[in-house]
Amino acid sequence: MSVTLGATATMPGAKTAIDINGVAYEAVMGIECHVELKTETKMFCGCRNIFGAEPNTNVCPVCLGMPGALPVPNRRAIELLVMAGLAFSAEIPAFSKFDRKNYFYPDMPKDYQISQFDTPLTQGGVVPFWLPDGTQGTCRLTRIHLEEDTGKSTHASRDGRIAGSTHSLVDFNRAGVPLMECVGEPDIRSGAEAVAYLEALKRTFVALGVSDVKMEEGSLRCDVNLSLRPIGQAEYGTKAEIKNMNSFNSVARAIESEIARQADIIRSGGRVEQETRGWDEAAGETHAMRSKEKAHDYRYFPDPDLPPIEFAESDVTRLRGMLGVSPQVRLDRMIGVEKLSIVQAHNIVDKLGLADYYDAVVAAGAKPQAAVNLVLGDLSRLANETGTPVSTSALRPSRLVELIAAVDAGTINSKTQKTLVERFYTTDAAEIPLTKIIVDEGLGQVSDSGAIDSIVAEVLAANEKTAGEYRSGKVKVMGFLVGQVMKQSRGKANPALAEERLRAALGEPEGAA
Amino acid sequence: MNSIDATATEIARAVNARETSAVELADAMHARIGERDGAVGAYLSETSELAREYAKRVDARVAAGERLPLAGVPLAIKDNMCVAGTVTTCASKILEHWISPYTATAVARLLDAGAIPLGKTNMDEFAMGSSCENSALRKTANPWDLGRVPGGSSGGSVAAVAAGEATIALGSDTGGSIREPAAFCGVVGFKPTYGRVSRYGLIAFASSLDQIGPISKTVEDSALVYDVMAGLDPMDATSVDRPVEATATTLREDLRGVRVGIVDEFALDKLDADIRAVYEAAYADLVRLGATLVPVKLPTADYGVATYYLIAPAECSSNLARFDGMRYGLRVEGADVGATYEATRAAGFGDEVKRRILIGTYALSSGFYDAYYVRAQKARTLIAADFAKAFADCDVIACPSASTPAFEFDAKSDPFSMYLMDYYTIPMSLAGLPSLSVPCGYATPAGAAGPMPLGLELSAPLFAERALLGIAHAYERGTMHASKQSIPAIPSSATVGAR
Repeated sequence: MSVTLGATATMPGAKTAIDINGVAYEAVMGIECHVELKTETKMFCGCRNIFGAEPNTNVCPVCLGMPGALPVPNRRAIELLVMAGLAFSAEIPAFSKFDRKNYFYPDMPKDYQISQFDTPLTQGGVVPFWLPDGTQGTCRLTRIHLEEDTGKSTHASRDGRIAGSTHSLVDFNRAGVPLMECVGEPDIRSGAEAVAYLEALKRTFVALGVSDVKMEEGSLRCDVNLSLRPIGQAEYGTKAEIKNMNSFNSVARAIESEIARQADIIRSGGRVEQETRGWDEAAGETHAMRSKEKAHDYRYFPDPDLPPIEFAESDVTRLRGMLGVSPQVRLDRMIGVEKLSIVQAHNIVDKLGLADYYDAVVAAGAKPQAAVNLVLGDLSRLANETGTPVSTSALRPSRLVELIAAVDAGTINSKTQKTLVERFYTTDAAEIPLTKIIVDEGLGQVSDSGAIDSIVAEVLAANEKTAGEYRSGKVKVMGFLVGQVMKQSRGKANPALAEERLRAALGEPEGAA
Repeated sequence: MNSIDATATEIARAVNARETSAVELADAMHARIGERDGAVGAYLSETSELAREYAKRVDARVAAGERLPLAGVPLAIKDNMCVAGTVTTCASKILEHWISPYTATAVARLLDAGAIPLGKTNMDEFAMGSSCENSALRKTANPWDLGRVPGGSSGGSVAAVAAGEATIALGSDTGGSIREPAAFCGVVGFKPTYGRVSRYGLIAFASSLDQIGPISKTVEDSALVYDVMAGLDPMDATSVDRPVEATATTLREDLRGVRVGIVDEFALDKLDADIRAVYEAAYADLVRLGATLVPVKLPTADYGVATYYLIAPAECSSNLARFDGMRYGLRVEGADVGATYEATRAAGFGDEVKRRILIGTYALSSGFYDAYYVRAQKARTLIAADFAKAFADCDVIACPSASTPAFEFDAKSDPFSMYLMDYYTIPMSLAGLPSLSVPCGYATPAGAAGPMPLGLELSAPLFAERALLGIAHAYERGTMHASKQSIPAIPSSATVGAR
């Protein structure tokens, strides 16, 4: 579903129409994400939930599936998941339970996974997102449910695949880590939409503290179900499930590659097989993993070790109160009201800590464009250089507003502003008004024509050769001459006035029409 | 008083008073096991060193002025409960050499209260059976007649207490696995309300039914053990957060004002005449002690066995999946991982375990789930509702613990006839009720060496442990059946089965 913001709705998928033998096809995608929750401890035991520890060091009888051990649910994980759902307007059913999904695999200690079958913690919901071209899209959520992660298998073969391996090693540190499975409706039509959707999920999960969402550490894993159909056809085509993407960029590439593969099959009169395909990053293509002909019977049934979860309206209200400002609401305001560009708005929101700062600066009266330029420009640079995040720097939003206002009023020039931003970033006596600092330190911009004219005269006298070059038509030396005036004024001259006075003193260059 | 034949209550008193020591008791008890267990076969492993270690600790604590509710009381533990550092087998080849890395909550609570862990007792493999004959590791005999079964699945624990090889024992009851063998061996066996005693460290058979309970010579001893181990455990999400009323200090001596429900559907005319006479006498004793008998109906009780044999296997098919040869226990290598699973489980599980895994896998399969598992859960709800209705008119329900006394080895070759041994105990398990068996007389079946004990099953509403144990205690004191017959001398030379 893709509509143009504030304009006529375009035909769904029109912009990604794929021509196959003269028929316009569209790609239809549904994305399932597995997101590891950022809790102190695992889902059903007290082991630490951290990434990168020595193999099999964060384990206990419960997460190793030892005989007689029992799971006890992590309340925090349940709350985080519900908050994630609430952030996307999902429904929170009053009754939910855990089920067992039964299948044998060596990295699953109990040979069943505690999951949720027919009573997920959240149902429905919608994820809005902005696309780079300024249009807005949405993807409906089917459900979000809670389950436990499995251990991590390493197969001892040349290519790391199970085929041809002599043995496999299992690290159970990950076994029992709380995992939320976020199932999206088949509303996605392009790789760009897929990435925008995933970024929207990530942005919200990070803002809520639900997850780190690091694809490279496996705390976000996603599968894309993709099929093609003629535009206008109601039924879906046969889908393939794509796995093993390790970045948002590879998700986009995998989708484009898979669309091309399926289109080629249809173009040559073939049929797309329902199967699972793995993305090969190096080869830049998907390859068949296993066919879905032998559908697994997981024999789901309610886990008798875990009492059902019941949610009172008051629980939901309490969790809703903990959501804070939604990143999507911020984006909508920045793009729609404050007229930031798509890229600027996303950069502000996706950098943790910048959005609060930016909002404070704008709330204190600064013009959004001036605020975003400073926050994304000088402040981001200073954060990198000094290692001090913008949010904890000495430069308070109120001071930044003063600096912006002083330039607008012509009290100081932008060069002085930059110098002061750098100085205040590390130390600032916030109680002293900027106006006093400017007067005390003589930082005021010189906008007096007489004063500037005398500097201009000095500069031209000292740079006769350059002045001659200008007069003979080499006008780009003006920049150098303005710089000299600024230097001579110790940075205080109004640069626009300096240029105007220089021009007047030099006269028309040769060849100017 | 021969101290090793005393009750737990008496032993704890004597050890707390420093009249005897826990170390002496533990040593004497191990000597007793050495003499008798060749014939009885109650234990799969003795934990003599651990027992001595705990006994020393108890003596030191008592010497330091502590008073422990179970000071020095010798305890046998069913081999499906984890005790750190001990081999815990579930009487299965698949766990024959598995050493538990942790201790079950119920066991830990008893040990902390001063109990001495003598060893781990035999059972039907994974607690599946009613005679102890399904043990893959040892044969256990009924101390009353060494040619008969002790009952099951907690056969080893019950035989140990009956033979004087332990003062108290822990059993687990899923559909009658404490009550039926307690009746067969003439001791008290008590299954508390589901959720009262933590299951953490109890190797699961059927999670929604399994419950740990005490086995003892007297009701008072069972109450004492229950008081120590009942209560919320943060490691078991199904353990109930509700205050535990002390039971051992509130036992009653008569039954005045007690309404005892007699179930229409459990009419005694189904039983053999001599057994029927024992239960008629038992009901008359209840009246003699002051109780009023009230007829009650449990119209769905007849569906208990069928319901149970869907729910319990369904849960076990999933619970036993983890025994796959990958991380612990038996491993039989195959050509690949799938073949290793198959070879390991084929060699590691006995027939009855395999039968139940198959039944349960089938009952949970897509296409059959609604017809079997979901319907069984509905039947379970109806059975519980019937009990709730019946308890509107009575305080406890009385009925036989089993329809016969202990039978001879190999008498029940047909699995279904074995399943029917739990006819009187399964409905209470499905409803989660507290239920116990207390000795109520004897019958001499054809071919028996002498009289065999019978048990009266008393069951109460959820969480009514205090009322139930009080009533059972009054009945026990008012009848004294346990002292009317004694176990024949156990020959020290006999061997019932090699360990």
